[in-house]
Amino acid sequence: MEAPLLHLALVGTPNSGKTSLFNALTGSRQKVANYPGVTVERKEGFFVTPLGRQVSVVDLPGTYSLRGRSPDEEITRDFVLGKASGETLPDLVLCVADSTNLRLTIRLLLELKRTGRPMILVLNMFDIASRRGITVDVERLAKELGVPVVTSIAVRKGGTADLLKLTDEISAALAAEPVENSWRALGVSELRATQREADRIIADCVSLPARPDTWTARIDAIALHPVGGLIVLALILFVMFQAVFAWAQPAMELLKSGFDSLGELVQATLPDGLLQSFLQNGVISGVGSVIVFLPQIILIFLFILLLEDFGYMARAAFLMDRIMGGAGLHGRAFIPLLSSFACAIPGIMATRVIDNKRDRLTTILIAPLMTCSARIPVYTLIISAFIPAKDVWGFINLQGLVMFGLYAAGIISALLVSFVIKFFMIRDYAPAPFMLELPDYKLPRLKSVAIGIFTRAKMFLYRAGTTIFSMMVLIWFLASFPQPPAGATEPAIEFSLAAMIGKALEPLLAPVGFNWQIAVALIPGMAAREVAVAALGTVYAIEGGNEAVEQIGQVLATKWSLATALSMLAWYIFAPQCASTLAVIRRETGSWAWMGVTFAYMLVLAYAASLVTYNVAVALGAG
Amino acid sequence: MTDSIDTRSHMPLGLAQRGYTGVIQHLAAKEAGSALSDVELESRLIELGFVEGARVEILHEGLVGRDPIAVRVDNITIAVRRREAMAIIVA
Ligand SMILES: Nc1nc2c(ncn2[C@@H]2O[C@H](COP(=O)(O)OP(=O)(O)OP(=O)(O)O)[C@@H](O)[C@H]2O)c(=O)[nH]1
Ligand SMILES: [Mg+2]
Repeated sequence: MEAPLLHLALVGTPNSGKTSLFNALTGSRQKVANYPGVTVERKEGFFVTPLGRQVSVVDLPGTYSLRGRSPDEEITRDFVLGKASGETLPDLVLCVADSTNLRLTIRLLLELKRTGRPMILVLNMFDIASRRGITVDVERLAKELGVPVVTSIAVRKGGTADLLKLTDEISAALAAEPVENSWRALGVSELRATQREADRIIADCVSLPARPDTWTARIDAIALHPVGGLIVLALILFVMFQAVFAWAQPAMELLKSGFDSLGELVQATLPDGLLQSFLQNGVISGVGSVIVFLPQIILIFLFILLLEDFGYMARAAFLMDRIMGGAGLHGRAFIPLLSSFACAIPGIMATRVIDNKRDRLTTILIAPLMTCSARIPVYTLIISAFIPAKDVWGFINLQGLVMFGLYAAGIISALLVSFVIKFFMIRDYAPAPFMLELPDYKLPRLKSVAIGIFTRAKMFLYRAGTTIFSMMVLIWFLASFPQPPAGATEPAIEFSLAAMIGKALEPLLAPVGFNWQIAVALIPGMAAREVAVAALGTVYAIEGGNEAVEQIGQVLATKWSLATALSMLAWYIFAPQCASTLAVIRRETGSWAWMGVTFAYMLVLAYAASLVTYNVAVALGAG
Repeated sequence: MTDSIDTRSHMPLGLAQRGYTGVIQHLAAKEAGSALSDVELESRLIELGFVEGARVEILHEGLVGRDPIAVRVDNITIAVRRREAMAIIVA
């Protein structure tokens, strides 16, 4: 008879390498980064031990205790205590420790022992500990703690061999009879006593040389300097947004000309007609116009991944704590908000680490205002069509500067909205405490950064192939049918359903300077922001008929006034054009109402911002 | 009396300057005026390693009101606000 599936759970203090271990064991690619609170969900994976035992392993959010102070810690607590509905208790708990920092994990382990679950202490990051001259008497530690102890290096090939071997040995000998769970929330004096006990055991079994990580100290002397640190942070953000614009250009040109030749090829080889129009206008001008932005999206993810892996995120939170506090936000909120530059969805998920309910809600409400990567195509398209590519002050690219301005506008409006929420809705506001471990810096691992980027690029292309593609089919259909009557002189699109819909909406959007083509693009653009770019590509391509295959950017430059373009940029800073974000808000807040509030306030802000921008621009002669 | 000599040098970590080093004497969550309850604040501080006898050093401070502070507690670095650090009595 085959042995039943063995259930393992990874528990430990935040940032101790649980997810790295999970990935090493199961070959998964879950997100790993160098700051506490990366994992906020439970994830299950499977592997087979060297002796052939089938194993299920669950990765859990990091926690300092089983008290469950925030939504992420509750997930861990409920899983370990078997409170989660329909979950089996883990057969074996792997308590994962950062070997350079054992105090807090050993205290947690002493608490975990009370749950009665069989356990192993995994001394992870043993490579770093050895490099720093930390020595651990593993046998003695195991004896003192009464649980097996094993060392591991999650990020090195073969670094989990000992752990696998031990798992096999233990699983063979696991007692079947249940052990009683005597855990209950520890009082203050018990907590203190367990910490004392942990410190005593460490003093007996671990020798710590008085050699802290000097690199971290040296870097922090600048990165956490009260003034210098803020300058460094501003500089990092500035370079990041400039780079997104300037560095990606060559690769984008390449993709663009690739799609151009493809379009020409289709036009040359296929007979005129619906199929040619569908491929050329719907697929290539539509979906192609979005895929062109892949290099920029890769670049922004590269920056964020590097900052995360290096260990800078927690520092940014430290620097921004009081500044965010002024706007009624928690310092910790800066990490989710910074992640939202990539995409608001992981940003909103990451708010689970915020224990105060109101702080968490405020952060969720403003996260969609951060400039996510899906806005990049819209911004870039309009900027390159309307803003001259000249240098200002000799070295700053003007287009990049406008891009930076749009990012800044997103950040500032997020802080303002948060301030308003605090002022009007949460008057009895007491600042929740900010307590965050600042991990030692680590050199970003090439492989993990590469995997991160690859995953993101794949997701983007997948979206282009599914959501955006299906929206494009819809737009192409609406813009092509009904066909014009014989002998009509106006462009064919004037007779289509799309024109009817767009023109019906036009009066509503005329005050902000939007024409009917934009109105048509904004509706499917509710599904995802990039869709608007693709939709404009298709609508104008069909309108242009069979004349030269023109770049969508060049078309816009001739069809829109500068005021309309600026109004469109203002619209996109605020508009709630992302169905997935709204769905996540509904899930994370557990309420339709908060989703509705987000949608409404963003829409109102978008309309107001566009109205002001358009009218000011027209008054200044840009109409 | 030895008692008065002992207590004279005691102070809350929340008032200490950058570069201060000392040893935690006791926790006084009541004094801190934190948004958390006394028990909750004390539990959290202990869970982050702030227990009697631990060595602390203030490594960095923020710009606004020199807050928050980055504290070295034995061999890890923790960022806390001065308000919560008022609960940590050092000497
Ligand atoms: N040198 C070294 N680095 C490691 C090792 N294990 C993990 N890391 C790094 O430590 C950091 C934290 O790893 P994670 O796996 O994200 O930690 P976690 O415990 O899942 O963190 P949370 O999900 O926030 O609780 C990452 O930067 C990893 O690359 C190791 O054995 N050696
Ligand atoms: Mg993790």
